[in-house]
Amino acid sequence: MLRLILQRVMMLVPVLFGITILSFLLLQVMPGDPVEHAMGTRASAEDLAAMRRLWGLDLPLWQQYLIFLRDCATGSFGFSLFYKLPVSRLVLERLPVTLALALYSTCIGLAIALPFAILAALRRGRLADVLIRQLFVLLLAMPPFWLCFVLILEASLRLGLFPTGGLGTGVLQNLHRLFLPALVVGLSTAALIEQSLRATLIDTMKADYVDTARAKGLSASQVFRRHILRNSLISTISVIGVRVSWIIGGTVVVEKIFAVPGLGGLLVDAIQARDFPVIRGLTVCFAVLVVLVNLLTDIAYALADPRARLT
Amino acid sequence: MALLSVQNLVTEFHGPGGTARAVDGVSFDVNAGEIFGIVGESGCGKSATCRSIVRLFGGADARIAGGSVRLDGSGDLATLPERELARIRGRDVAFIFQDPLTALNPTMRIGRQIAEVVERHRRVSRREARAIALQLLRDVHVTSPERRLDAWPHELSGGLRQRVVIAMALALRPRLIIADEPTTALDVTVQDQILRLLLERCAATGTAIILVTHDLGVVAEICDRVAVMYGGRFVETGSTATVLASPRHPYTRALLSALPSRAMRGKPLAPIEGTPPSLTAPPPGCRFAPRCPQAAEVCRAGPPPPLMLHDRAAPLHADACLLEGVR
Repeated sequence: MLRLILQRVMMLVPVLFGITILSFLLLQVMPGDPVEHAMGTRASAEDLAAMRRLWGLDLPLWQQYLIFLRDCATGSFGFSLFYKLPVSRLVLERLPVTLALALYSTCIGLAIALPFAILAALRRGRLADVLIRQLFVLLLAMPPFWLCFVLILEASLRLGLFPTGGLGTGVLQNLHRLFLPALVVGLSTAALIEQSLRATLIDTMKADYVDTARAKGLSASQVFRRHILRNSLISTISVIGVRVSWIIGGTVVVEKIFAVPGLGGLLVDAIQARDFPVIRGLTVCFAVLVVLVNLLTDIAYALADPRARLT
Repeated sequence: MALLSVQNLVTEFHGPGGTARAVDGVSFDVNAGEIFGIVGESGCGKSATCRSIVRLFGGADARIAGGSVRLDGSGDLATLPERELARIRGRDVAFIFQDPLTALNPTMRIGRQIAEVVERHRRVSRREARAIALQLLRDVHVTSPERRLDAWPHELSGGLRQRVVIAMALALRPRLIIADEPTTALDVTVQDQILRLLLERCAATGTAIILVTHDLGVVAEICDRVAVMYGGRFVETGSTATVLASPRHPYTRALLSALPSRAMRGKPLAPIEGTPPSLTAPPPGCRFAPRCPQAAEVCRAGPPPPLMLHDRAAPLHADACLLEGVR
C-alpha cells in the first residue's frame, strides 16, 4: 500500500512538469493580449510597452518560463495581473469551497442513487426498473443551468426554503446554503452512479459465489448485503473518482448561478481577463487535484478489493 | 424411508431461445450415507437436477415445473417457501460447486466465509465461529490453518480453495452433500486428493453424497449406485457394479465403449456419433433414438420410455430402452 502511494507521488513530478510547460505554451497561442485587455483600445503604444515591461511580458519566452518555475518553487505561483494578489492565495481561498461542493454533491448523489439502483436491479425488466431508468435518463438530459433556475424559482423564491446563492459561515449554515448547488451537481452524479451500480448489481447477482452464499443458507437479505451489494459498490468507487475529478473544475455554470466562489468560476474570470498567472496556477492546481483524486480512488479500491493490492 | 426422494422432477429454463426442459421427469432415491453418482455428457441435465434439489439456479430464469423433492423430515423442498428452504440449505443439504476459483467471494477472508455458515445455523459468537472455522480447516488438512483463516481466496491455489469449499459444506455436518463435478476445474494431480478428502470427511460425518461427474472411472471407484442421464432423463440406474459390468441401455454401452480401458488396448475407441438432443425441442420417443445404432420404429414415436425393471434377479437395475432384443 505504501509503495502504491509513493509510486503515485513520484508520478506526480513528471506530470506537473509537463503541465507547467503545456499550460505555459497554450497561453502563448491563445488569442488576446492581457495588456491590451487591461489598458483598453485607446492606450498609446508607449503605455502598452511600459505595462508589458512591468508584467515581464517583454522578456524572451524561456525567461518567462523560468520565472514561472521560480514562482512555483516559492509557492506563490506568480501574481494575478488584476487582483494584484499571489495566485496561491486566490486558489487556496476558493479550494475549500470547491472541495466542499464536490464532497457534498457526491454524498447527495450516492444517497439518491443507492436506493434506486438497488430497487431497479431487484426488479429488473419490470415496471419499476423501466420507470427508474426513464427518470435518470431525464435527469442526465436536463441542462444544469435550467435545473438551477427551476430550483431557485421554486425552492428559493416561492417556498423560501433555501437562499438563492452565496456562502454563509459555519458548517451547518453552509450545508444549508450550498444545498441547491450541491443538489444540481449531485443529481447528475446520481444518474451516473445509478446506471453503473444497477448494471454491476445485476452482474454480481449471477456470480458463483452468490450461489455459494445462498447454498450456505443465508437469508435473501444477508446474501444481498454481504455478498452482492458490498462487492458491487467496489466498482462504484471508480465511477465516483472520475466524477469528483470532473466536479473540481467543471461546475462553472452552477457556481456562477448560485454565486458560489469556487475554482471553476475563478478560471472563467481569469480566462476572460487574460490573467495568465492565474490560469497557469489553476491548471497546475487542477492537475494536482486530479492526480490526488486518482490516488485516493486507487487506495479506496485497494482497501475494498484485496485483489487490487497485488500491484 | 430414503433420506432424499425425488419424484417425477421437471425443471424448465426460460431463455431467449424458448423453454428448455433440462430435467424431464427424473425420479430417484438417495439413502443415508450412500454415494449416488449421476453421469452423462455436458448439457444432459446433471447440474440442473442437482440445482433443482436446493432450488439454486444461479442467474438463470429457471423453475421447478413439476414433481417433488422430499427430504426426510423436512417435507417437499420443491414447494417449500424460500425462507424455510434457506434454513435447510447448508444445515441439512450442502452444495459443492464445480469451480472453486469463482465459488468463493473474492472480497471476504476465508475464515469469515467459513464462519458465516456456522453463525447462520448455530447460536455462536463470532469468536466461537472463528474457532470452529479453524477446526474445519484442520479437518480438511489445510496446512498452517491459522494463517489461512485471514487469507483472501486469490491467495490460495485451486485445490486449497476446493478444500475450503468442502470445509464450508461440512461445517454443519449435513445429511446430504451435492457435489457438482467437484474436481473438474482442478489440476489432474489434485483431483484424486480432493475426491478422497471429500469421501473421508463424509464417511466421518455419515453424510450422503450425490456426485455429478462425467468420469466413469470415478463412478466405478467410489459410487454405491449410479444413474446415467441423457437428454434430461435418466436412461439407466442401478448399483455401480451391475450398471458398469452389464449395461443394458444402448447409451450406457456407447458411453462405456468410448472409454479407454486395458481390455480395449490396440483397438480404436468408439465415439458416439451425432450431437446431444436439443432440450428446447427434444426428439419424439426415446431421446437417444436419433444417435442409437439399434433404434427401431417404436423408439422414434410416442412419449419417451420410462425406467423399467427387466431382470427380477437385479431389482435395483432399471433402464429405459424399449428394445428387448437388443440385449
